[in-house]
Amino acid sequence: MKAKIIITPKKAVVDPQGITVLKALEHMGHRGIKAVHVGKYLEIELDATDKEAARKSLDEAAHKFLSNPVIEDYRLEIE
Amino acid sequence: MNFAVLQFPASNCDQDCVHAVRVLGHAANFIWHKDTSLGDADAVIVPGGFSYGDYLRCGAIARFSPVMQAVKKFADAGGLVLGICNGFQILCEAGLLPGALIRNRDLQFHCEQVFLKTNNFETPFTGKIPAEKILKIPIAHGEGCYFADEETLAKLKSNKQILWQYCDANGNLTDVANPNGSLQNIAGICNERRNVAALMPHPDRASEEILGSADGKFIFESMIAALQNKTAAKAA
Repeated sequence: MKAKIIITPKKAVVDPQGITVLKALEHMGHRGIKAVHVGKYLEIELDATDKEAARKSLDEAAHKFLSNPVIEDYRLEIE
Repeated sequence: MNFAVLQFPASNCDQDCVHAVRVLGHAANFIWHKDTSLGDADAVIVPGGFSYGDYLRCGAIARFSPVMQAVKKFADAGGLVLGICNGFQILCEAGLLPGALIRNRDLQFHCEQVFLKTNNFETPFTGKIPAEKILKIPIAHGEGCYFADEETLAKLKSNKQILWQYCDANGNLTDVANPNGSLQNIAGICNERRNVAALMPHPDRASEEILGSADGKFIFESMIAALQNKTAAKAA
């Protein structure tokens, strides 16, 4: 079983990396880019069979440790 | 007085913190992050560095080290805890202080002297700072931008928990004086109870004139005075 967690900065947080990447893309000639947000992507390989139990456990890990809820949001997918 | 200075893998300012305390004539010793006891510490310092390589987020892993359980218990019982730089990051991740420290606004690592305005002189960390004194203390960080949501910021302000703000040499809170984009130029805060505080600048690197400024020692002296008052009150 594989879990994918995408962690992104909250909208209220200024994202200078995102702004810098956007400016660099515009500088390269790309047009029509409204915003860029730079986040983190984690892949976790599990030895589990119960998808719901795994989701519950990883949700807790994502909320308490893998992301900082003060400044980040996360999205969890399990396949 | 006896200061416990924590050591995590890749803490690098622990020796400076111990030295700063000893230079003031008090005892300081190292507590390894795996220890579950703080010994007979009167105060705890969480020093600067790059604990755990700043992996995942600064301080995100250190907050789960065994010693932090003891620190939380110590803080809950009213003990004095000071976080410096990475220590500030660790205390925020541990939930002992509100908010979070994120990447500097200009994405650059800043290693320079800054000026700090003290906002609340009635805490164990600021009691000995002379009124009107602008502190000159160095910073050295890439992730020192303080962030908290609007509700938290309002609470910090109204409850006088913002202890230090970045200012110019004359005490003006300007954008130019803000090295990292911290909201409201916040350089350091304390908790509601005023026994846990932290700041991004390094008082441990401004504890002797030979370092370019000895203003940092006011913060350690404040803690020592507060502890001595507490001991005197207990004895009375």
